[in-house]
Amino acid sequence: MSVVFQKTKGLTDNKTHYCPGCSHGIVHRLVAEVLEEMNLLEDTIVVVPVGCAVLALNYFDVDAIQAAHGRAPATATGIKRVHPDKTVFTYQGDGDLAAIGTAEIVHAAARGEKITTIFINNGIYGMTGGQMAPTTLPYMKATTAPLGRDVNIQGYPIKVSEMISTLDGAKYVERVSVNTPANVIKAKKAIRKAFEVQQKGLGFSLIEVVSSCPTNWGLTPVKAMEFVSEKMIPYYPLGVYKDETAEEAK
Amino acid sequence: MAKVLMKGNEAVGKAAIEAGCRYFFGYPITPQSELPEYMARELPKVGGVFVQSESEISAINMVYGAASAGARVMTSSSSPGIALKQEGIGYITKANRPAVIVNMMRGGPGLGTIQPSQADYHMCVKGGSNGDYHNIVLAPSSIQEAVDMVIEAFDLADIYLTPVIILADGLIGQMMEPVEFTNKKQREIPKKDWALVGKGKGERHITKNLDLNPLDLERENIELFEKYKKIEENETQYEDYLMEDAEYAFVAYGTSARIVKSAVRKLREEGYKIGLIRPKTLWPFPKEAFKRNNIKKYIDIEMSMGQMVDDVKLACEDVHKVVFYGRSGGVILSSEEIVDFGKSIMGGAL
Amino acid sequence: METQKICFAGFGGQGVLSAGKLLTYAGMLEGKEVSWCPSYGPEMRGGTANCAVVVSDEPVASPVITENATAAVIMNLPSFDKFVNIVKSGGTIIINSSLIDKKVERDDVKVIYVPANEIAKEIGNPNLLNIILIGALIAIEKTVSENSIIDAFTKVFGENKAKFIPINKEAIEKGIECAKSQI
Repeated sequence: MSVVFQKTKGLTDNKTHYCPGCSHGIVHRLVAEVLEEMNLLEDTIVVVPVGCAVLALNYFDVDAIQAAHGRAPATATGIKRVHPDKTVFTYQGDGDLAAIGTAEIVHAAARGEKITTIFINNGIYGMTGGQMAPTTLPYMKATTAPLGRDVNIQGYPIKVSEMISTLDGAKYVERVSVNTPANVIKAKKAIRKAFEVQQKGLGFSLIEVVSSCPTNWGLTPVKAMEFVSEKMIPYYPLGVYKDETAEEAK
Repeated sequence: MAKVLMKGNEAVGKAAIEAGCRYFFGYPITPQSELPEYMARELPKVGGVFVQSESEISAINMVYGAASAGARVMTSSSSPGIALKQEGIGYITKANRPAVIVNMMRGGPGLGTIQPSQADYHMCVKGGSNGDYHNIVLAPSSIQEAVDMVIEAFDLADIYLTPVIILADGLIGQMMEPVEFTNKKQREIPKKDWALVGKGKGERHITKNLDLNPLDLERENIELFEKYKKIEENETQYEDYLMEDAEYAFVAYGTSARIVKSAVRKLREEGYKIGLIRPKTLWPFPKEAFKRNNIKKYIDIEMSMGQMVDDVKLACEDVHKVVFYGRSGGVILSSEEIVDFGKSIMGGAL
Repeated sequence: METQKICFAGFGGQGVLSAGKLLTYAGMLEGKEVSWCPSYGPEMRGGTANCAVVVSDEPVASPVITENATAAVIMNLPSFDKFVNIVKSGGTIIINSSLIDKKVERDDVKVIYVPANEIAKEIGNPNLLNIILIGALIAIEKTVSENSIIDAFTKVFGENKAKFIPINKEAIEKGIECAKSQI
C-alpha cells in the first residue's frame, strides 16, 4: 500500500497549545512542509518570538532559539552572520514585530539580512490576553481599547508589508492568508518563494499572514475566519508587495 | 612581541581578535567609539564580521544569536548604551551562552556626561537586568590589564557559559599606554555541542529562555547558582598592593586604583602604614581580601557616589570599619585629594 | 627623573595629538612609564584639541592633567589662558609665537617663544610646526632624547613616512636651536 499523505517531518509530535481556530497551526505546517520539501530541515534554525508562538520551538523540528520580545530579527542576524550557509527564519506576531520590534524588523530588512520572516498578523495580542496590537483594525475592540480602536486616540494600524517593501534590502514581500483552502495553497507557495530568496542569497524576505485569533476576538473559529475575509483582508490586501527575484536573476 | 603604544579602545579590540573573536555587533557612543571603529576596520581582514546595529538593544540581541550559534562574539558600549543592553544580557545569561561585553563607563545618570566614571558598578555587578543572576565582571586598571582581561574574558565566557563584562571607563578607553600582546596560553574550552548549527542527522539544538513551570525555572536557577559558586571558588581575583604591614587599606578598582596607588606611595614615603586592596573581579567580589584583623579602616575610593563600598562593608562584616571618598559626574580623582582624605582618616597614626 | 606632565594644546590640524603621541612613544622606547590622553567629545568639535602626556620612572597614576603640569606646549591663542595657568611654578611653557602675540605674565616659569609657523615655512613644510615645538620642549625639559623622537617617528606615523625623517630631524633641531638661544 502506498502512502498518499503523512504528517510533515518538519513538525515534532508535540501537541500544540494553540486555540481551536487559530491560524498558527496551519502556518506552522505550511512552513514545516516547505522546509521538508526543500530538504532544509537539517540545516535550519528558527528564531521564535515572545507571544503565543514562543512555544513554537517545541513544534518546529529544527534547531530553535527563543528571542527577546521583538528582537528576533536581531538574534537571527547574529545567527545568520555566523552561519551564512544555514537557513534562518523568524516567526513573529504583530505585537512582537510591529510594536516592540519595529526597529529590529525594519533594520534587518534594510540591511538585506539573508533571513526569512514569517509574520502572523491577527490584529491582537494573544498571549497577554487580547490587548490592542499595532495592527488592530479601527473600531475593533481590545482590552486596552475597550470602546474599539479610535484612530484619533490610538492611532492607525501599521501595514507591515507595505512598509517593509519600501526598503531596498527586502527582496520578497507578500501578504497572504489562510482563511480558505485556496489561500492556504497560495500561502504555501509564498512561503516557499521566501525561503528560495534566502537560499539564493538575494536578501531579506517576509511573508505576512493575515490570521485569526478566535479566543481574543471573542468569535467562534468559523466566525473568526469570516472576520478575516470580511474585515481584515479588506484593510490588509493580499498580494505580492515586492518581488525582486526576477530582476536579480537577470 | 615588543610593546606598542595603543589607545585602550583599540587595544581591547585587538585583544578580542587575538582571543578568536570574529563577530562584533555595536553602536557608536562616546567614549568607546574607537572600539567598534577598530573592529569595523580589522575584523574583515581576519574573515570576521562587524555589524553596526540600529541600537544597543539590537546589538546585544545579535550577540545573543551569534553566541548561541557557537561564535566568540563581543559588543561594547558606554553607560547609557549598557543600560539599553541589559535586556539582552539577561537573555544571554538565562540561556547560558558565552559573550563578552565591554563597558567604557561615563558619568550618569541619564545622558550624564562623556567623561570617565565608575557609577555603573551597581548596574553591572549587581545586575541591571531582571531576575536572579550574576555576570562575571572584570575591572582593568591599565590598558595592559584590559588586554589580558579581554583575552581571559572569552575563556571564562566559554568555560562557564555566561556573559563576561569588562568594566572599564572612558579614561581606559581614550588613553594610550604601552601594551604587549603576549599570546598567553588560553584555557581549555569545552566543546560547544549546544551551538545552533542545524540539527543535521542528530538531535535538535535548543536555546531556551522560557520556563512556564515555576519548579522548572527554580531548578534551573539553582543550577545557575551552583555554577556561580564554582566561579566564586575558582575565579575570584584581587591585588594586594603594599599590604604586608598595612594598618589601613584603600579599596579601589580600575582607574581609581591606579590613582590610589600613587597616593599610597606618597603616604608610605611619609611613614603611613597603608596599602591598597584592588578587586580585579568585581563579581565574584573578593570577600576574603577583607578578612584581616590588623586593618583599622578600609578606605573605599571610587569615581562614584559610593557603590562598591556596599560590597566592602558586607565583606569585612563591620560597617564601622569602612569609610568612603569619591568623585562623581565624570570628575577624575587626583592623587593629592586621596592623600588628604587618607590623612584625615588616619590622623597622626604614623 | 621627576614625573613630567606635559600638555599640548592648539587647533585641530596643528598636530597637537600627534606631537603628544610622538613624545609618548619616544618615552616608551626609552623604557619609561608613559601615558597619553586626549580631550574628547564636544571639545574637539569646536576645532580645539589638547592632550596630556605623562613620562615617568613610576607607573602613571592619572593620565589626565588638570593642574601642576611640568610643561605646556601652546600652539594657538584660544588655548593660551587655560594652559598658561595649568603649569606649575618652575615649569616650562613653549609658545607658538607665530600665532600668539601675547606674552606670558608669569615670572615663576621658563617661557620659550618659538615662531614655529615661520620656521616650518623656512624648512619648506608648514606641517612641521608641532615637531619644531617638540624640539624646543625637549631642549629645555630633556623629557626624551632627540634620537628617541626620531626612532618613534615611523612607529607613530607608519613606515611609509620614513622618507620624511630627515626633514623632521631638521625641524627638531631648529626647535632645539630656537629654545637654546633663549636660555
